[in-house]
Amino acid sequence: MTSPEIRPRRSGARSETMQHIERWKEFVIGSVIRICGFSAVVFVFGIFFFVFKEGAGLLFGGLDFVQFFTSPEWYPDSPSNIRYGILAIMAGSFAVVVMAMIVAVPLGLGAAIYISEFSSGMIKEFLKVIIELFAAVPSVVWGFIGLVIMNPMIINVFNAPVGLNALNGAILLALMSLPIIVSISEDALKAVPDGYREAAEAMGATRLQISIKVLLPAAKNGLLAAVLLGVGRAIGETMAVLMATGHAVNIPTSPLDSVRTMTATIAAELGETAQGSDHYKVLFVIGTLLFLITFIINLTADLVVKGIRKR
Amino acid sequence: MKKLLLLFIVFAIAISGCTKGAERKMIQNKGSDTIVNLAQAWAEEYRKVAPSVAIAVSGGGTGTGIASLVNGTVDIANASREIEESEREAAHKNTGKYPVEHIIAFDALAVYVHKDNPIASISREQLSCIYGEKGTCVKWSDLNIEVPGCSGQEIVRISRQNNSGTYAFFREWVLGKEGDFKLGSRDLSGSKDVVDLVEHTPCAIGYSGMGYKTEKVKTACVEPGDGKPCVEPTMATAISREYPISRALYMYTLGEAQGEVAKYLEWTKTEAAQKIIEASGYARVPKN
Repeated sequence: MTSPEIRPRRSGARSETMQHIERWKEFVIGSVIRICGFSAVVFVFGIFFFVFKEGAGLLFGGLDFVQFFTSPEWYPDSPSNIRYGILAIMAGSFAVVVMAMIVAVPLGLGAAIYISEFSSGMIKEFLKVIIELFAAVPSVVWGFIGLVIMNPMIINVFNAPVGLNALNGAILLALMSLPIIVSISEDALKAVPDGYREAAEAMGATRLQISIKVLLPAAKNGLLAAVLLGVGRAIGETMAVLMATGHAVNIPTSPLDSVRTMTATIAAELGETAQGSDHYKVLFVIGTLLFLITFIINLTADLVVKGIRKR
Repeated sequence: MKKLLLLFIVFAIAISGCTKGAERKMIQNKGSDTIVNLAQAWAEEYRKVAPSVAIAVSGGGTGTGIASLVNGTVDIANASREIEESEREAAHKNTGKYPVEHIIAFDALAVYVHKDNPIASISREQLSCIYGEKGTCVKWSDLNIEVPGCSGQEIVRISRQNNSGTYAFFREWVLGKEGDFKLGSRDLSGSKDVVDLVEHTPCAIGYSGMGYKTEKVKTACVEPGDGKPCVEPTMATAISREYPISRALYMYTLGEAQGEVAKYLEWTKTEAAQKIIEASGYARVPKN
């Protein structure tokens, strides 16, 4: 990568060599960085390809798609009648994620507005650090909290038959996706030009009115992206939901029903199925589906963020 | 968690083995979660007998253990069910040897309920009504039982992940070779997890090895059928095979055991090793 800005500082043969070396250095470093950048693309497509390849044998050879998507019956190892229906498992994933977002979105946006608009100085820094600390808690620890603390709590508070259920998983997922939602929303609010705030203040608006009527609409793309990335985080989470949702194949009719998610099904069953069997392949088909779902969510989030920049 | 810890131990042993010299023999032992505690206790005791041999024990389920045996990566696979014909053939195809079976102990699967559950005895028909795909029992009142503290009297079925040997054995005993479990059970991935959840859940019913019984849970008295009186899951009834839901626990080797592995398996029949079986909550194999 030669750059036109590099000009010889001294005349003579020695500085020419120096300049030559500089150019080479620049070229090598530039190439390395470029390889780093493109390697992400290679890895993502590589992962997708291998996950897809493992499941492809079943996908194109005998998987009953109608049953796969519409039947709630997940009997991958039945001795008499094997059925691969993932409707209940998809419903489980969907229910947990939607409930998690019902909790996380208002909480996350509220926290972001408070941090960005109402707090200052020490409190602001303190809150930011604490919320980022949330992201550092390993998911198995969240799962353990679900198992040991939330389970008896839900039984007592809601008088539920069992505390390992969709609500338990959703609360954990809400807490886990909160740091993403808060930090990206806060960035989006910060990106709104100060002129908006000043103009609104000049019109006599209170700070609350400014936040709700001016900043939220102005930052809506960034906020939507924050929520979508939170959803992506929640749908892909495995360990905590495996431990906290009860892991029961069941189309939930209430938040207190136990459910099973797509990720947890793969985690619980993949390690111990015979490699190359139909059961093994169908888990990879679920993996491919999961990959596509998160890919679409992330892509949408990305396009929405791009929408901001065009303005 | 347990798996990770075991992996770490295996690595630690492997590394310490390297530094002490190459003559230290490693025996890889993997499989059923039901057997993992017993195998671990044996491995520790055997170290005192034969310090030059290290036995690396890990769990993961019968399926995992047998899959590793088929791939030739373990010396001994622990199994809580008999090896299937297809697995025997796969092992022969892969390694040229047929797996050889060693019955090491007997285990009785206990039916666990919450300690407040008043149930006196349970029959195969009742279990089939609770667990079976075609079973209609969803409330404890369907069995004419009222469980104190259980909201809605709903039966909370607790089962195992579907590659567990315990899962397969219980399914076969309750529902026959062709039967399927009803969907919607909480499928946990460890024998101890089942007992822990039953302890904290008044509505629950679950099954697990009788070795996991604690003071805080109740085990149901199981009716063997034909109008015979129910049998409690105890050491004595497991040894006498009176208790109906009992099974053999196995170790499999590829071909006849050789060298250190053979010596180890021979040692497991000694009095010291047999005492550990009972300490782990299982029944010893009667001498013929």
